[in-house]
Amino acid sequence: MSDQTQSTPAPAAKRNLLKQLELDTRLLGMIGAFLVVCLVFNVWTDGRFLTPRNIFNLTIQTVSVAIMATGMVFVIVTRHIDLSVGALLATCTAVMGMMQTRWLPGVLGLEIGSPLIPWITIGLGLITGAVIGAAQGWLIGYRGIPAFIVTLGGLLVWRNVAWYLTDGQTIGPLDDTYILFGGITGTLGWGLSWIAGGIAALAAAAGIYSARRSRVAHDFPVKPLWAEAIVIALTIGAILGFVAVLNAYELPSRVVARDFAAYGCDTAENCNVAYGIPYSVLLLIAVAIVMTVIATRTRLGRYIFATGGNPDAASLSGINTRLLTVKIFAIVGVLCALGGVVASARLGYHTNDIGTLDELRVIAAAVIGGTALSGGLGTIYGAIFGALIMQSLQSGMAMVGVDAPYQNIVVGAVLVFAVWVDIEYRKRTGAK
Amino acid sequence: MTTPLVQMKNISLSFGGVRAVDDVSIDLYPGEVVGLLGHNGAGKSTLIKILSGAYKADSGEIWINGKKTEITSPRDARNNSIETIYQTLALADNLDAASNLFLGRELTTPLGFVNDSRQEAETRKIMARLNPNFKKLKEPVSALSGGQRQSVAIARAVYFKARVLIMDEPTAALGVHETKMVADLITELKKQGLGIFLISHDTREMMELCDRVSVMKNGQVVGTERVEDVTEDDILSMIIMGKNPKAAA
Repeated sequence: MSDQTQSTPAPAAKRNLLKQLELDTRLLGMIGAFLVVCLVFNVWTDGRFLTPRNIFNLTIQTVSVAIMATGMVFVIVTRHIDLSVGALLATCTAVMGMMQTRWLPGVLGLEIGSPLIPWITIGLGLITGAVIGAAQGWLIGYRGIPAFIVTLGGLLVWRNVAWYLTDGQTIGPLDDTYILFGGITGTLGWGLSWIAGGIAALAAAAGIYSARRSRVAHDFPVKPLWAEAIVIALTIGAILGFVAVLNAYELPSRVVARDFAAYGCDTAENCNVAYGIPYSVLLLIAVAIVMTVIATRTRLGRYIFATGGNPDAASLSGINTRLLTVKIFAIVGVLCALGGVVASARLGYHTNDIGTLDELRVIAAAVIGGTALSGGLGTIYGAIFGALIMQSLQSGMAMVGVDAPYQNIVVGAVLVFAVWVDIEYRKRTGAK
Repeated sequence: MTTPLVQMKNISLSFGGVRAVDDVSIDLYPGEVVGLLGHNGAGKSTLIKILSGAYKADSGEIWINGKKTEITSPRDARNNSIETIYQTLALADNLDAASNLFLGRELTTPLGFVNDSRQEAETRKIMARLNPNFKKLKEPVSALSGGQRQSVAIARAVYFKARVLIMDEPTAALGVHETKMVADLITELKKQGLGIFLISHDTREMMELCDRVSVMKNGQVVGTERVEDVTEDDILSMIIMGKNPKAAA
């Protein structure tokens, strides 16, 4: 049968090499697209695009949308949609903003600056997101109202609940500790960044190695050792390279000179302080790992993909698809709250228009990342890459000086183009 | 006399004003294949979905091994060792064979994660027994042929040691060779003492595989006969006329 096709002699050694490495071609395609975007803008801006400073900014600008996009993958995989994420983010940041500046100090009498405030705030924000998300999921799963309608309603409701809660005012300044999640002020610094990078590299290598051992233990076919080594080397290189770039971005000398002793220097001169990895990026990485583990290693994830592939098969297999819908939307709610923490911390304020149009960015990120609207297909890393590509386009065009309307025209066209490329890719590789 | 594996007593189910299943009683003994025949819309699939937990009957009782049993969900049916192979196969096309085989009953590691390696190993083992040509363990089942997909569905029933197997047109989408394979498997499972409900439109196939056949029309059972007591023509006329010629005689 069609199994025999494998034994035909390889037409090109190059394809054979890629095959032996067993790299995800879709992932490679996405990295390729991202690199092309970066290189084009780098040439266009005379080398200003690929500077440590811009890469640092690009990373922290992407985090909020990327966090929400990982949840959108689950929603779209189960053939639903969530149009309310931007509005839900606004309601969560409104609650968190009011909580830390008015309610906790005013009602509970906690002093502004109390170390409890940021953590209580974030905890309650996450609960708010989870409850609202679960409520929407209940309407969709148990009451059978299409997700499009529930979340379209949610878009209007939560955008304006946020407005109502804050009277439309900008809320802030936000708590100093809370603001650390935004980026610029909250980074690991040089030494800790390298330690974090080293740990990540070791963990990645160990993960790949133990996966191989487990396959060997079961007598499954494994790829050749040299291929495994190359994959490990590439992974470690990517991780450490990323850390090196973020560590190459240093605080402006004026800022350091103002308070050089605090950075451990004796004099203001030659006192270089690196930013390193922002906390928000660590948060995104943690979210990405947790969501990937859920997607690939837990029953919940298996049921999400099974339901997306064939809802009838899932329910005939005894899967409670209604409860599953509630769980998925609750997860998205929590991620909206997390995205909200990062977004409002980066601004330093809750603003009335925070998160506006984020629903479209989040959906676009998931879809550019290869999540199929027909359900059953999608990856967490794809959605994060999607968010990164979108943000690179947007900020690259802003750097080049493209007018706002043209920016949106390009982003819109890229969204459609990316999905078309993905559809063609799937046709070629046999509907995978 | 042995206790029947399954007794469905006076089962009725209506959808809106339509009586899809109307006061139907049917039973199944160990090591027996009972065929359900009838036109489309005669109520065969509905009746069988009540047993597999996909629908809930308006009235009537289900007895398993001589004990009255409530089956209100697919999970209940599985807990009573009733496995179903559906006409539409009930596979998630985007998942691989192992994920489908264990769907809803995943093997887990001590930490509660899905144990993909063990699932794959078990799948290899059972596939080596059922369909030695089966090689595409890593591909989504959408990449498999009809027969390979069918063997995934059958493997699910066999792996979890079904005592009652419901097969809804198991050969409808299969080629000649694959149909033979399914037929052999039915004979084999029967020898092991399973009870099998078989739904098909192919009367000749039914005459070969079944011990008894029940013919349904308009939601009611026209008659249940041992295959050696009737001819294919008798069965055809029961399907078409909705009358049991032997009862009339």
